[in-house]
Amino acid sequence: MDYKKIGLTVGIEIHQELATETKLFCNCPPELNKDGYDFTFTRKLRPAQSELGEIDPAALFEFLKGKTIIYEADHRTSCLVEMDEEPPSPMDKEAVDIALTFSLMTKGTPVDEVQVMRKTVVDGSNTGGFQRTSVVSLGGEVEVGGKTYHLEQVAVEEDAARKISEDGDTITYRLDRLGIPLIEITTAPEMHTPQEAYDVARRIGSILRATGKVRRGIGTIRQDVNVSIMNGGIIEIKGAQDLGMIKTLVEFEAQRQATLVEIQGELKIRGVKAEDLEKKHVDVSEMFARTESKILLNALQSGGKVYAVKLKGFNGLTGKELCPNRRLGTEMSDHAKFMGGVRGIFHTDELPGYKITQDEVDRMRKYVGTEEGDAVVIVADDESKCIAALTAVVDRAVTALSGVPAETRSANQDGTTRFTRPRPGAARMYPETDVRPTHISADAVAMALKGLPDMPEVKLAKYQKRYELNEKLAIQVLDSEHLDLFEELSELGLSTTLLAVTLTEDLTKLRRDSIPTDALSQDAFRETFMLVKDGTTVKESIPDMLTYLAKNPTHNAERAIKELGLEMMSDEDVKKLVESAVKEREGLVRERGMKAMGPLMGVIMGKARGKASPQQVNKLLNAAIRAIIE
Amino acid sequence: MTDDRLTGYRGKLRTALEAEDVEIGDKLEVSVNNQQYRGSLMPRVETYDEYHLIIKMVSGYNIGLAYGDAMIIKKTGTAPKPEFKQPPLPEAKKELPKVSIISTGGTIASRVDYVTGGVISAMSSRDLLAVVPELVEVADVDADILYSVFSEDIGGEHWAGMAKRAYDKIKAGADGIIFTHGTDTMGYSSAAMSFALQNLPCPVIFVGSQRSSDRPSSDNATNLMGGVYTAAHAPFAEVCIGLHENTSDLSISYLRGTKVRKCHTSTRYAFQPINDFPIARYKDGKVEMLNDRIRVRQDSEPKLLNTFSDKCALVKFAPDYNPAVLEYFLTEGYRGIIIEATGLGQINQTLWPAVERAKKDGVFVGVVSQCTWGRVNLNVYSHGRELIDRGAVPLEDMHGETAYVKLKWCLGQTEEIDEVKKLMLTNIVNEFNPRTPYLRRMG
Repeated sequence: MDYKKIGLTVGIEIHQELATETKLFCNCPPELNKDGYDFTFTRKLRPAQSELGEIDPAALFEFLKGKTIIYEADHRTSCLVEMDEEPPSPMDKEAVDIALTFSLMTKGTPVDEVQVMRKTVVDGSNTGGFQRTSVVSLGGEVEVGGKTYHLEQVAVEEDAARKISEDGDTITYRLDRLGIPLIEITTAPEMHTPQEAYDVARRIGSILRATGKVRRGIGTIRQDVNVSIMNGGIIEIKGAQDLGMIKTLVEFEAQRQATLVEIQGELKIRGVKAEDLEKKHVDVSEMFARTESKILLNALQSGGKVYAVKLKGFNGLTGKELCPNRRLGTEMSDHAKFMGGVRGIFHTDELPGYKITQDEVDRMRKYVGTEEGDAVVIVADDESKCIAALTAVVDRAVTALSGVPAETRSANQDGTTRFTRPRPGAARMYPETDVRPTHISADAVAMALKGLPDMPEVKLAKYQKRYELNEKLAIQVLDSEHLDLFEELSELGLSTTLLAVTLTEDLTKLRRDSIPTDALSQDAFRETFMLVKDGTTVKESIPDMLTYLAKNPTHNAERAIKELGLEMMSDEDVKKLVESAVKEREGLVRERGMKAMGPLMGVIMGKARGKASPQQVNKLLNAAIRAIIE
Repeated sequence: MTDDRLTGYRGKLRTALEAEDVEIGDKLEVSVNNQQYRGSLMPRVETYDEYHLIIKMVSGYNIGLAYGDAMIIKKTGTAPKPEFKQPPLPEAKKELPKVSIISTGGTIASRVDYVTGGVISAMSSRDLLAVVPELVEVADVDADILYSVFSEDIGGEHWAGMAKRAYDKIKAGADGIIFTHGTDTMGYSSAAMSFALQNLPCPVIFVGSQRSSDRPSSDNATNLMGGVYTAAHAPFAEVCIGLHENTSDLSISYLRGTKVRKCHTSTRYAFQPINDFPIARYKDGKVEMLNDRIRVRQDSEPKLLNTFSDKCALVKFAPDYNPAVLEYFLTEGYRGIIIEATGLGQINQTLWPAVERAKKDGVFVGVVSQCTWGRVNLNVYSHGRELIDRGAVPLEDMHGETAYVKLKWCLGQTEEIDEVKKLMLTNIVNEFNPRTPYLRRMG
């Protein structure tokens, strides 16, 4: 795709959890609770009106969905502040200091007084119905590949509650993450290819880690991407947890928007106008009284209806693929699901199909009065839900006439995105009057400037030298969530390369094999390495031991060795093993002499892996072979 | 909101803003050395320092900029004049029971001014229905503002006015009364209405919120909705307080006006029943009755008894309490004192002479317990009996606030000390529970 031609513009927002002592507005520890929760409670949120009598469109949208929100909370990580039952404590100074450090490392201009704002968010992820957020500095820049990219601002804000599930009208959140301090870095929209977006996000991430004060591990950094192309609205994509995903997200989104612009052009050629798209929802239940389609039949049998609406001029367009696996019809379906609470829709570009016959389609088309070139969308559910869903479908069809509607979308696993809500208006910020502002004095800035941490490349060079690591391993360690553990264990005189490989590459491998490595405690690593160090087992056992400990988090490393049979064989046993192996293959030894070492090593280590060191076997084997041939 | 064009700005910064003819909301361009900032001028909280300028940037964020000689402020545009668009109102259903909402202050319904961040209260029927339109489904609502005062500024004079207004509304045909009220002194006001409005035909319900109405999580709408429904349809005729039963938004608990206390500084479920069971619960659009000791809704002629004395004191005993404090009230001509004593009703013997003097002066002394839960009994310890001998009157299971309000009301009805004593010991509106129930309390 020619990104220049379509005028692709990308900006990113990076949200990184900070490694502070406490949460941002209370004294709870900023950690997730691994042991489930102690209690639950249920809330409803409703948007507040602005002075102009207007309600933020995003807020109203969520409210109209009429959601009930269940919160799961534990006493260890949450108090009345998270529950929205107590006013916030003063803002955590440490979080502001970390943001200030980042800002100065990237040449930003700190504000003199940090004002805490409330940003309306009524999807339930914040118990108050708003997120507390504050700008710490403006401007700044990062350099990537010789090019300078500007930052718009650096903010400190509270993380939201974790979404656990969504079932019909009920959403469940876990409260522990709410209030963990986040730094939010907003870049200017200055990236024009997916690769640039990836590179800039990566660079910002490494500067953040260079502060030494950010939390590590999955879910502690999240990227939002704002993507637009020429003549289109801005699309905000939330929640890319994986840096590698950014490229695909931007790629697919550019493709989706370009296709929407194509569809806009096609609709213009077809002469379709907004007033042609009538919200004339037709009850077509009768047409499907004898249908074989289970979905329709189920709806009808449980007292529901089948409704249809005509989309003038949309034939062939509802089925047009915007990006892999997503059609215009999918977008309409997303809107229908949210506004109508229905399970989905059918459009004529995918019919006949789903056990709906050509005959049924023909009769229905005739009944709703379509002409050639029109599409029909049908939905089956309770009557009121059908009407709401089809109204949303027509609304989405109308916006197709103007190309790309501005909206907020969420990232899917495969890099595509789905509609979540309209873009919030400007009316969603107002001051948090319960928190006093924080001053950043000229002295504080001068102090911070003196003590700035090394930039990533300087830190990397120092690290490589100090720990005798190659560049690749050093980068991996510095990016790893186990950086502190690495430094601690290095002091014990273990091989730094072994530590680095285990804590980065090996863990990644295990994770790819679906081993639950998140369950590994710091002690599990410590004990495993100690047993290798004192010779209880060999380094080759480490991956098996970690696999075992990840699956059995309550067991210790010694037990892992026992259960896996990885205890070292006694010198006597190793000798016996070697001698019997040599004896069994005496012919081979006599024939090939010392060249039999290779195959014999393989045979013996196959039996003794993790129980005897290769060096020891090598020595004994050498002696045994010599004894025969000499 | 004040009329000040530069709310909260003082000193040199204010002078600089005035020199540029700037007012709150105006668009500004501010430069400090090489830095340029653009945004609208925001008000400053009066209690903050006078050296920072607050602007709202296009992004919606506010930032504070330190004022100094290097700062140049330029006005680039004037504040947009807010034009309030009234949302369409739902149609009132005249056949539904009539509920009158009387506002005394607090912001049960309000909207946020996103320009300044202020909260503008909305208490006309029109505003209220615009904010909580579902009210029209359960009652024919009218609303008016009686007072706009902070709850800690409310006293006997306001109680007299509140009772009169509620009485008038009932006489005019209301099927239920709602008072919106700040929560801090709501328990005192609900006790006052319990005594001032007797022989009630319908419920009188106090409603408030513990989370301000400018936030989406506010408990205002659920409390109001539950209150209006209950006022319109519940089968009881009691004065009560109705806020959240627990931290969830699912149920509202109605607590007798004389047997209720705000027991938490901030939670939604701050109000707890004292030595009594809740009267009722509103949940899933229905009212469930929970208490046998109630006055049922009936066709009766309400009585207005809205005089309260201001010569009463509520004192809380503490170790080393200075007797001169009690003596002071007597010298000042107070007609009654409620002492929150320890445990079953004991106070330090150094205070006994003052109690004895009160008896001589014909001043009523009532004893309640600072334990809040439970009943006083002056017969158990000798120090209790000494108090009885000096004329102090144990007041059963009333907690301090209710005893204080009842005494203010009694002294408003009669000057006769014997009559006061008799009234204080009469169970007028179930302010005593003859049996002390086993209650588990929420933390």
